[in-house]
Parts: sequence; C-alpha cells; structure tokens
Amino acid sequence: MRGDPRSMELLRPQSAAAAVRMKADHPRAVPLAGGTDFMVAWNAGHLNHRTVLDLSGLDDWKRIRELSGSLWIGALATHATIGEHPAAKRRLPLLVQACAVIGGVAIQNRGTLGGNLANASPAGDTFPPLAVYDAIVHVVSRDGRRTLPVREFFAGVKKTRLGSGELVEAVEVPFLERRPTRRLFRKVGTRAAQALSKTVAAGLLWRGRDRRVRELRFALGSMAPTVRRLAQVEAFVIGKRMTPEMVEEACALLDRDVAPIDDFRSTAEYRLHVSRNLLRSFLEEGQ
Amino acid sequence: MVRLRVNGKGRSFAGPPFKRLIDVLREDFGLTGTKEGCGEGECGACTVLLDGRPTNSCLIPVAQAAGRRVETVESLGKPERLSPLQQSFLTEGGAQCGICTPGMLMTAWSWIRAGGSADEGAIRNLLAGNLCRCTGYQHIVNAVVQAVKARRRRGRSR
Repeated sequence: MRGDPRSMELLRPQSAAAAVRMKADHPRAVPLAGGTDFMVAWNAGHLNHRTVLDLSGLDDWKRIRELSGSLWIGALATHATIGEHPAAKRRLPLLVQACAVIGGVAIQNRGTLGGNLANASPAGDTFPPLAVYDAIVHVVSRDGRRTLPVREFFAGVKKTRLGSGELVEAVEVPFLERRPTRRLFRKVGTRAAQALSKTVAAGLLWRGRDRRVRELRFALGSMAPTVRRLAQVEAFVIGKRMTPEMVEEACALLDRDVAPIDDFRSTAEYRLHVSRNLLRSFLEEGQ
Repeated sequence: MVRLRVNGKGRSFAGPPFKRLIDVLREDFGLTGTKEGCGEGECGACTVLLDGRPTNSCLIPVAQAAGRRVETVESLGKPERLSPLQQSFLTEGGAQCGICTPGMLMTAWSWIRAGGSADEGAIRNLLAGNLCRCTGYQHIVNAVVQAVKARRRRGRSR
C-alpha cells in the first residue's frame, strides 16, 4: 500500500501561538517539519489516516540567533542553514560537522534540528555534538514553556519526554567558555553520504599547563537507545596524565555507559571496538 | 487551494494538500521530467529546486511548497536547445539510462548558479545524495566540472 493523500487531515498553523493551540486541541496530531523521516514511512503506506500538524508556516522557528553566550537555533532551522551560520561555524564546529554528514545535500536542505530531536533516532548524528555542548531544548505548549537538557530529552528509541501538547521550539547551544585543547567529531557508516551511523562520536578535551586533563566530554550515538555521555570515562580521566596505561584504563570503562546492539547496520562487537578506537585515538593524539 | 511558482509560472493545485510534490508535478502539471526512483529520499532522482535549493520532491507534501518557487529539469533547456550543463552531460557521456539525470542536473545547476567551484571533491560531495544505478559517476562528475569551467570562461549568462 502507498500513502493516500486523501486519507490525511492537515493542520496548517501560521504562527507559533496557533500551532500550540492546535496541538492542544489535537494531541494525536503528528508534527511535521522537513518530512525527511515521516514522509519515508508515509510513502510506504504506514501512516495513512493521520492528522498532521504542518509546522512549515512558522517562519520565526526557522531563525538562528546569536545570543551573548549561546546560539539559539529555532526548531525548524535546517541542517544546511545551521552549517552555513557564521556563529555556528566559529563557535560550534562539532555541530556544523554533524550537519554536513546527515543524508546528502537534499536531505540537509529539508531536515530540521527540531525534527531530528523529536524523531529521537538512536543514530541521530547531531546528538553527540549537542550532548558535549550541553545543549538545552526549549519546549512550548499552551500551558507555557519549559527547558530540558538534551541528555534528558530522550526517553528511549524513538521516544522523547515531550508531553502530548508540547512542541520543540528551539535548541539553545551554549558557547564554550574556554577553548578546548582538542575536539573530535566522527561518524562511522557504511558510506560517506546517506547511510545511517554504526557509531558516531563527539569529544572535547581540555588539558592544563601541567599536561593533566582538566575536563573531558565524550558522547556516543548509535551505541544505546539514546545518545550517551561517557560519565565513567569522563570522571576517571580528570587530573590524570595521558599515559598509555591511563588511556587503556579509560577505554576499558567505555562500555559502562553504552549498550550497543546487533542490528541490520552493524554488530554490538564492531560498534564497541570502533568506539574504543575513536576514544583511544582522541585521547592519545599528541600525548 | 495550493498556489506555488513552478519554473517561473504561477500554478495552483486544488487536489488533496498532502499529495506529494513529485506527483503534482508529474500528474497534474504534466512535468514528467522529474523521475521517481526509491520514494524514500535515498536516491535523489526526484530532486527539484525549492526556493533555489535541491530537495527530494518525493518527501514533500505539496502544501509545504505553497507560496514557494519550484524549479524542475524542464526549466533548463529544450531538446532542440539544451542548456550548457545539459550539453556538457551529453558531451562527457554523463547520461546512460537517464533516470538519475534530471536529479543530477538540478543538484548540479543549483551549485553552478550559486558560483560553486570546479573542485572534483566538492562536486562529488555535492552529488553524494544522487545515486546513478548505471554507476557512471566519473562521467557525471566530469560533466559538472566542465560545465563550471565553461561558465567561468563565458562569464555568467547561463
């Protein structure tokens, strides 16, 4: 069966206020942003007879604004516009790198950061950068607004902590106060474009003048039902020198915070092996 | 009623607003140059320009194109008078079965029109979301590289 357009009810708000009102009145309506995920399933005939809340008329939610200490990214900003934004390029390079490896150019032109988050795929490529930047998700409903740290936004595979009347309004990404000693974004997939990740990593490392680690932030995607920061590894390395023994011990702790699975894209063993290699090379680089 | 601009002309569509843009273009507007490959946003055969940017027309309900500019392969040239980019595909052997060609052309045209470079790596990255089932990639990349260079020699007309 194919998607049947006549079976669909379409709500087309032209303002954020109208959108949250409609979402409250139609709690089962599916919010539609760039459609890069929804339309794939709809084309296959899996989503007929749905009410769809088309958000594409909300121009205000497409904007990206540089605030004093953060970047405000409207939920409907596309991966392409984020990747082109001067402040994002200057201050949030890991997010810009992630936006450049999602799908191909045509997907980057349609897919949105808010849609990516609300869709909550375990393989979302922007999530590890958002997790290491400690991004904040701004949520709105008819009853008001609230914020969630991105690490608490996901409840599981394809599940978020959004209430039935809530919509993602924006993602706020704080700028780093200190320049990191080094950083990493790396997606490992079957093919450079289009393919979903087997594992995807983002890392930030600060070292002091004494060469000891001041802070490590390291996040992995596709390695658990949701994006994970490696809390055990991050805590373990603080104050330590980057010796080969220390790096091995840190890598041994990696599986405390992730739980990869075997699926049609990869195996748990391969995912763990590659993720450890990514962490090891990131820590070892220029010991 | 959905109103949009297609290849510079105002058009309107009175059918179901969730009908896909590709189906409206082909079935209602008679613009059959745009092809459907996978219907999943993976292959890029259905690429059209929406407000100047390449997009997969199989993933867009026509309502989302309301008030916007759509450009299809029919906007480039005619069989008797090809655009320089189309001519370059012909000269370089950049088309085999032809299913991917309209999508390749539209993605490449958005790049060329925006002043994109003739760097082969950048063009391969640009076209990474456009699959060719005949795997004639080298000729396609050559065609785009040559079209960029020719446009630079000519100055900026088309």
